[in-house]
Amino acid sequence: MKNRPKLSLLLIVLLTLVCLLINLSEPVKVDFTLPNPSGKPIAVKYNYPGLPFMKVLGRDFAFHRGLDLQGGTSITLKANMSDIDFSQRDNALNSVKTVIEKRINFLGVSEPIVQTSKAGNDYRVLVEIPGVTDVNQAVQLVGKTAKLTFWEAGSENASNSARIATDAASLAKLGLPAGVPQVLGLNAVKTELSGSDLKQAAVTFDRNTNKPQVSLTFTADGAKKFGDITKRNTGKILAIVLDNELIEAPRVSTPIFGGNAVISGSFTTQQANNLQIQLNAGALPVSLTVLQQQAIGASLGQTSVQKSLVAGVVGFFVIVVFMVVLYKRLGLIASMALTVYTLIVLTLFRLIPITLTLAGIAGFILSVGIAVDANILIFERMKEELRKGRSHTSAIDLGFSRAWLSIRDSNMASLITSAVLFYFGTGVVRGFAFTLALGIFVSLFSAIFVTKTFLTVFYKGGEEK
Amino acid sequence: MLNIIGKRNWYFAFSLLVIIPGIISMLLWGFKLSIDFSGGSRMTLLYPEKVNEQKISAIKNVFKQNNIELVTLQTSNQTVVVRTKPVDDKQDAKILKDLQAKTGNVKQEQFETIGPVIGSETTINAFSSAALSSLLIVFYIAWSFRGVRKPVSSWRFGICAIVALLHDALLLLGVFSLLGHFAGVEIDSLFITALLTVIGFSVHDTIVVFDRIRENLRKNIEAPFEQVTNDSILQTLVRSLNTSLTALLVLTTLLLFGGESIRWFVVAMIVGIASGTYSSIFNAAPLLVVWQNYASRRKK
Repeated sequence: MKNRPKLSLLLIVLLTLVCLLINLSEPVKVDFTLPNPSGKPIAVKYNYPGLPFMKVLGRDFAFHRGLDLQGGTSITLKANMSDIDFSQRDNALNSVKTVIEKRINFLGVSEPIVQTSKAGNDYRVLVEIPGVTDVNQAVQLVGKTAKLTFWEAGSENASNSARIATDAASLAKLGLPAGVPQVLGLNAVKTELSGSDLKQAAVTFDRNTNKPQVSLTFTADGAKKFGDITKRNTGKILAIVLDNELIEAPRVSTPIFGGNAVISGSFTTQQANNLQIQLNAGALPVSLTVLQQQAIGASLGQTSVQKSLVAGVVGFFVIVVFMVVLYKRLGLIASMALTVYTLIVLTLFRLIPITLTLAGIAGFILSVGIAVDANILIFERMKEELRKGRSHTSAIDLGFSRAWLSIRDSNMASLITSAVLFYFGTGVVRGFAFTLALGIFVSLFSAIFVTKTFLTVFYKGGEEK
Repeated sequence: MLNIIGKRNWYFAFSLLVIIPGIISMLLWGFKLSIDFSGGSRMTLLYPEKVNEQKISAIKNVFKQNNIELVTLQTSNQTVVVRTKPVDDKQDAKILKDLQAKTGNVKQEQFETIGPVIGSETTINAFSSAALSSLLIVFYIAWSFRGVRKPVSSWRFGICAIVALLHDALLLLGVFSLLGHFAGVEIDSLFITALLTVIGFSVHDTIVVFDRIRENLRKNIEAPFEQVTNDSILQTLVRSLNTSLTALLVLTTLLLFGGESIRWFVVAMIVGIASGTYSSIFNAAPLLVVWQNYASRRKK
């Protein structure tokens, strides 16, 4: 790259054009009034149709906006508390909330809202998720209890063997899950192994059939239990049951002591994925029923969103003016680099896609600040070198190498913060952390590659004092 | 030449002067928490026709007249979902009656008492992750500054950076505790975001100053530590001011043009970024000097 600034420039121009096209593809409609202290309010109206040919490419590059900016779907679930002692119900409801939050977190960054709620004697959980595309999957994911149990055949001479009824009512009386009597008989008993013995679940694919399956890793304790169970059931059938329904009943060929097992069932990839998430997040302490499911609008209100958008655009121009005033030609170069930076980040927001919320936008603004800072650091160093009487070319090189350490270390610190916040946080915190981290990576790229190329190409032998 | 290090006690005193009232306020009055933290009520209203802007402002008025703070209002077609401060059954009946009178035929589909969006667990989580990342940053700085000239231990750089971070976090929390008590400003989930942003910015800013100290220590082997630190602060001063001025300018535009809903969020960012710049120049690096002097005095 060092010897080929022209080629780098070409690459940057191409990248910018692609990003520009993607960003221009979405139609924009602005319509609100700004308060004007001296005179009548200013009406801001603008209607941009978007690029027609982008629809031909078959993908929509619109921003995914979060609950605060666009709204989404609200799901109300009722917790069935009849089996829970009255004094424990609040606790149970709170752990339902925690498990649901965990499950939704596995889906990515979308900043859901999960709230407990009480209406009369009903214990409920409100779940709001942005967008409306995958509501059914979300309901499936959130509403399932996900209680995993393992069943074995009981001894033959137990008194139950006399009964032959297999209808649902008598099954419930026996406490046997649906499908289990057919494979294990009426004496089936639940083993000591359960979902809480799991360390991790993952989606894998069967090597022969290429079908999705869920592989389980047990905790040390769970592995011991599983070893015992498979040992005493060698040659017999072991039933795997999820939420009172049989998913699989394999015959144990040899005892398994490694603490690994596979549920092959007959899943679609999405079902396997849901199951993996549910098993990893843990089972719900009570079962849930969906009460209501409805679309909801943005919580911040459309005008508020549009105002913030306008403020963002104005803010960007303020930065440009400020940089140009401070650093003249260098400032212009920085503004160009910053434009490229912004376009790239916005494009990534659209492509990944990231659900944009106000918190995410805050992360983005901070990262713009960081990108500007990188440029300022480099320029100040260059100025110092120029003052010492060096040529422009060597001032550029030295400015970069001197500024690099502080850019690296300060950005590493911000990356550490965002990584920790993303890993442990929920909702708002995660969204913020993700956009910040993304912004930092792009800003490093922009400082090292874009600014440097621009400087090398446009700033040789300039007039800067 | 400006002598920042020489006047360090003044700068420390100024920081304390700003932070201590905030801490007192936090201890005495705590924070005014929004329903994001405390929970509240949620109503689902159903109208016979699509809800328009006029109806929305009429609904907002009814809540205002009843002195019930409306936190969010979301619409979709004929439904309006409203989140408010806690409302009891009597108040609910009154509101419903007023809504019937002022906004026409309306049916209340749901009336629920909702728990917090940000439960205590989430808050504790956010704080413990901030603590964990601070710890990791101390390690990272200690590692990255390991080549620094003895006798200045690289651990001190990390720890001083975190002290500056605490300064900024405490100051921001204190200011909002005071604002909460005297102006009724509430803390919501956006405030958490602002706090995190400020923490990120604070360390970032401090490291740039420290990096310069590291470099100058390597270049001037003979110069006393105080001198090197002061030089480094002055050399990075323009950059520090320019960077935070840029950030503050953008935030000011957000304050002027952005809607009401993000106002206090922006104020929090402005307070935090100003504090972050101050602490990296006037606290973090001078603190290194204090520590160094104390350590060398003990050796004698």
